[in-house]
Amino acid sequence: MQDISLHILDIAENSIKAGANFIEIAINEDTEKNSLTIEIRDNGKGMSSEMAAKVKDPFTTSRTERKVGLGLSLLEQAAIAAGGKVTVESEEGKGTTVKAEFMYDHIDRKPMGKITDTLISLLSNENNIDIKYTHKKNTGEFEFVSTQLKSLLGLNSLKDSKVLIVLKEIINSKLEEIS
Amino acid sequence: MASKISIEDLAKIRKETLRTMNLREGSGKVKMNVHMGTCGIAAGARKILEAVLSEVETRGLNDIIVTNSGCAGLCSQEPMMTVEVYNEPAPVKYVSLTPEKVKKIFDSHVLKGEIVKEYALALGSETTV
Repeated sequence: MQDISLHILDIAENSIKAGANFIEIAINEDTEKNSLTIEIRDNGKGMSSEMAAKVKDPFTTSRTERKVGLGLSLLEQAAIAAGGKVTVESEEGKGTTVKAEFMYDHIDRKPMGKITDTLISLLSNENNIDIKYTHKKNTGEFEFVSTQLKSLLGLNSLKDSKVLIVLKEIINSKLEEIS
Repeated sequence: MASKISIEDLAKIRKETLRTMNLREGSGKVKMNVHMGTCGIAAGARKILEAVLSEVETRGLNDIIVTNSGCAGLCSQEPMMTVEVYNEPAPVKYVSLTPEKVKKIFDSHVLKGEIVKEYALALGSETTV
């Protein structure tokens, strides 16, 4: 994975596979504390505590197609390389929260990348996924909640390519405002 | 106070939805599904999805469903996309994609109904003659 936004997409895809239909993504960039934290919280089926304890191991997976599961391992590797860590909390039947911490100015900290493309990818997933996205950068903050947008627009889904294209422009300009 | 989607932004989105609703004849004629497992994402699947959306935009197409799903089980051939055209006998899986290949798939398969054989996973099964 070249950047953090791709890791986020990957972890959120795990959430979708776990049956989640609502995913909260919270990014906090705090340059004063020299910290970048990413939190991905889902309402999927969750995991047992045994599974949660070993889920970052690349040779652990619940999938049956193959015996490796690389997503979380790759994220952990990226976090450790940037002086941070990954924690996974999960409760069966409730959902899973993945939290990744990075040292903001660490030379090996991957760039954020195109986070808007990640959000658009999630919104265009074949399963209807709702997201709540909050992005803080020091004093600036942006929030996007797909359920609110849908109800304001009176739409059942944002999965229309034209809508996604306009939405992408809007989110990009909002994120520029806070950076 | 967090910045949010504004009233003006809503109006912009609304305009787009009304336009597409007006033009749409039933549901999509073409469904393009980009595979996005860990393998696909690492190989550049998100760029492919972006390329598909941008082709839809620049060509002003209204009957394309753009979506994504998980790993298709052929990680070495990622990024992959399944293209399904209404009334065609079977969906086509395109492999090892690049944004340039996506352009060609639009030119040929989406617009003219001609499958781009060289990018497709396989054509038919083995023959005996």
